[in-house]
Amino acid sequence: MAGEFRSDDTIAAISTPLGEGGIGIVRLSGADAISLVDKAFVSPKGQTLAFARSWSLNYGWIVDKHGEKIDEVIVSVMRAPHSYTREDIVEINCHGGLIPLQGVLERVLELGARLAEPGEFTKRAFLHGRLDLSQAEAVIDVIRAKTDRGHRLAMRQLEGGLSQAIKEMRSDLVGLLAAIEAGIDFPDEVGDMEPEAIRQVIDDVSREIAKMLATADTGRLLREGIDTAIVGKPNVGKSSLLNRLVRENRAIVTDVPGTTRDVIEEVVNIGGFPFVVRDTAGIRRTEDVVEKIGVERAIALMEGADLVLCVVDGSSPLEDDDISLLQQVQGKTGVLVVNKKDIGSAESDERYRELLPDVPIVRISAETGEGLEELEETIVSQVVEGGIDLTGDSLVVTRARHKQALKEAAASLEAARNTLEMGLPQDLVAVDIRGAAESLGEVTGDTVRDEVIDRIFADFCIGK
Amino acid sequence: MIVIGAGHAGCEAALATARMGFRTAVFTIALDNVALMPCNPSIGGPGKAHLVREIDALGGEMGRNTDYAYMHIRVLNTRKGPAVQALRAQTDRKLYSWRMRQVLEREPNLYLREGCVESILVRGDRVEGVVLETGEKIKARAVIVATGTYMRSLIHVGEVNYEAGPQSQRTTYGLSRSLEELGFKLARFKTGTPPRANSRSLDYSRMTPLEGEPLTQGFSFRGKLPPKKQVPCWLTYTTKETHAIMSANLHRTALYSGAIVGIGPRYCPSLESKIVEFPDRDSHQVYVEPEGWDTQEVYLSGLSTSLPADVQVELVRSIPGLENVEIMRMAYAIEYDCLEPHQLRNTLESRSISGLYFAGQINGSSGYEEAAAQGLMAGINCGLKLREQAPFILGRDQAYIGVLIDDLVTKTIAEPYRMMTSLAEYRLLLRQDNADRRLAAYGRDLGLLSQEEYDNVQRRWDSVEKEIEALRNWRLTPAEEVNRVLKEIGSAPLQHVVSGEELLRRPEMSYGKLEALGWVSSIDVDIKDVVETEIKYAGYIRKQERAVERFRKLEAKRLPEWLNYEEIEGLSREAQEKLMAVRPESIGQASRIAGVSPADISVLLIYLEQLRRGKGRRDSEKMKGGQSE
Repeated sequence: MAGEFRSDDTIAAISTPLGEGGIGIVRLSGADAISLVDKAFVSPKGQTLAFARSWSLNYGWIVDKHGEKIDEVIVSVMRAPHSYTREDIVEINCHGGLIPLQGVLERVLELGARLAEPGEFTKRAFLHGRLDLSQAEAVIDVIRAKTDRGHRLAMRQLEGGLSQAIKEMRSDLVGLLAAIEAGIDFPDEVGDMEPEAIRQVIDDVSREIAKMLATADTGRLLREGIDTAIVGKPNVGKSSLLNRLVRENRAIVTDVPGTTRDVIEEVVNIGGFPFVVRDTAGIRRTEDVVEKIGVERAIALMEGADLVLCVVDGSSPLEDDDISLLQQVQGKTGVLVVNKKDIGSAESDERYRELLPDVPIVRISAETGEGLEELEETIVSQVVEGGIDLTGDSLVVTRARHKQALKEAAASLEAARNTLEMGLPQDLVAVDIRGAAESLGEVTGDTVRDEVIDRIFADFCIGK
Repeated sequence: MIVIGAGHAGCEAALATARMGFRTAVFTIALDNVALMPCNPSIGGPGKAHLVREIDALGGEMGRNTDYAYMHIRVLNTRKGPAVQALRAQTDRKLYSWRMRQVLEREPNLYLREGCVESILVRGDRVEGVVLETGEKIKARAVIVATGTYMRSLIHVGEVNYEAGPQSQRTTYGLSRSLEELGFKLARFKTGTPPRANSRSLDYSRMTPLEGEPLTQGFSFRGKLPPKKQVPCWLTYTTKETHAIMSANLHRTALYSGAIVGIGPRYCPSLESKIVEFPDRDSHQVYVEPEGWDTQEVYLSGLSTSLPADVQVELVRSIPGLENVEIMRMAYAIEYDCLEPHQLRNTLESRSISGLYFAGQINGSSGYEEAAAQGLMAGINCGLKLREQAPFILGRDQAYIGVLIDDLVTKTIAEPYRMMTSLAEYRLLLRQDNADRRLAAYGRDLGLLSQEEYDNVQRRWDSVEKEIEALRNWRLTPAEEVNRVLKEIGSAPLQHVVSGEELLRRPEMSYGKLEALGWVSSIDVDIKDVVETEIKYAGYIRKQERAVERFRKLEAKRLPEWLNYEEIEGLSREAQEKLMAVRPESIGQASRIAGVSPADISVLLIYLEQLRRGKGRRDSEKMKGGQSE
């Protein structure tokens, strides 16, 4: 069942410590955590984690199913009950960037771990008596906040091409299921499906899934992050904004090459997307000199950027420099960030819109953090709905979920095809078709049961 | 004990409580219509046959009654897997009713009486008895309401409507009022029935006969099916002319004229809805079903309509074989009051009034089998409560009965609820052929099955196990003779030694073919089928068993009844409302409520843990105190 609630399986997630660069951690918790990682762990001395002492560090490699190395790692093993969740915990310290980290996560998912829900490690810690009662509210807040926000973002992301395709495939499967089920529950009125027709749908959807899985790794944005330029006159609050974005959106990875002396780059994770944010803050100390070249530099920075965050000081009237900058931004994918909301607003939204008609406006205070959430959502919606080319799927967390769901759906369809080919009855074929539809439904958040019933009555004429 | 209504739910409820040792009075508005079938004269079909077998395994009466009164029986879905194969019988309506009435009359502890209940007596939050319209007050420790579609029922035939229950019986008002006064929320549902015709006016040469099958095992595992000379059903089709007549008179149907406000079931649409919603189809099936051995009346399945009487005749006469039809009863649509079933516990007891149970169509279900299943469960749980024993709840993993009741009390029931196999998550485990294995032990423990009946079930399943064991030990070598036979029956030759079990697992193999290879066994035909199922589908069955293990863990996490969900921080507003309305008994049930998300479930789990560790104790005391004020 989609959204089925499970509490006894092994969960995994990327859980990188705050503010640290260079190292990412994939954490697993659950009864199978150790044996599961063992299947992908290779140590130079041939050690296995099964015999590793609790709280030991184990050096080695995580390998894929063909034995190819994904990343060099240090694995820590913490055995129940002496761990954060009081379950067996394995932490895989990866030293590579986003791609290996993602690869390691996908590898453990492939081996049977489930992607953790927001706040799930903390929840388990609480349910197993690890945290005291005073912390319960905090746990609920984490779950609630992350889920609601995550859900809102996920819904937006679902408008993207990939999710649309998943919805369509799912709809095909639900339609097929309804046809089979109608024949089972109403044999007087509805004839059997031809096995050939069933196979056709299974094959079509399988092919679609295979295609998606094949392109899933090729997204440029995933490899490199979404190139984001923060532009604006000096003293409008560009670096405060960057600092705030960094503080509130822990960087998943920071070893992106290309950091130069006069441009600061930070990688931040907003709504599951990696953003490489560039700022000219580094040259601020020569402000008096660059008053004029500020605009030129901004133009250079915007060159090739996927997204532009154009910052103006909302507390003072627009100056000529602002206006010429805005003119440069016009036509690009971006957000007009009107900063210093806490101090005052000197211009109306209409005035900004006049200058930049196609770019959304968000008023914030980088100083107090006010408006930041709205800014982040706007940024994400610009990515999803705006002109950024999302080749493949570029979500980090959601992406792993999508990919896992696609893989599971593919496996179910394979099983359904086998059942069909063995000449077994259609109600058995339906078991795995339902499984495939449910896997896809975990991405779109839909449950299969009621929808199948609806489709039966919509597609078939039944009655006495 | 009082049961209101002697339909399919009322009969099972009353028999269960009487057999559990409680003096039970059953009130019916028409003593001559006990266990009446006012719609199809038929029992069973996918999902429904499963229910009947389960009722039988728990000691209910419906299976035996159907086996006694059948006129035509066959297995549906024979080309599909064993889990969805289903018996269906046409029955003699009168015979069915008469036998059930006799069973009730002869049951010690059971008192069958004609009488219309006007209101329910309640003191505080406990039921005390009922008041009849004659003014008699009858006291009871518990009351089961099984009133079917008779509450404020309104029959529509075209532009005309009149206050009546099915089959022109009387309608009732007092009980609806009484329930509303007690704070129950009622809904209004609609259903319908096709016209009945006189068989002598039909030209069967223009229809296709559908014959029954000479089966030996009927719905009840407690006896063999009595052999009978069966009566066929007949198949014909609506024509373009039929559809034209309907289209021209659509405005005169009660359904499309706006006269009907109740919500009808999608699985059972009237002919007008079929023609409106499937305009591409120029023909629909019509089954002619016999109503009884001693009557010429036949049921015209597929022609349910709310057309006016004059058009009905014209319409039916446009169908091949029915050109000269003499209609005996007009088709009609019926609207009635029913209870919104989320007001019930999964024992079918009202949450607000102790000792008051509801079963059958009043709970928003449809169908005789669904009604009987609820009646049996309400009766059993009522008896257990009076005995001060733990309730008897069947899980979705144990029985279709469990799926039915869980759906009724958990889901938002937007249309009359009908059992379907696609509603059962674990249907490979819930087969009609293993209902006795799943449930007979409960039936015996409840005192509804005799030890002997239970021993028979045990023996049957022991022989299944023995046979499987024997097949596992039977080795076939790739000898020339063996491979020659295999080739003949279209199966691949052996490369090495295999067991009989492995061979039977091949899709193309069957028990008969195994016998051609020299397998000798003396077990019954129906046991052979079961053995074949258990072996052939073992892989799929195990898969579902694993899913059931996960399911059970969440069902085992109980939610206290007094929880005030509105005070639980972190639950979404929608979840709070739904949880307050449904009051689930377990985390598992909560997770099935529409509008309750996985995050809400997490919040609930944390809240439960808080309670366990003591923080919530004060809250709980506060709340209990508040309730008893």
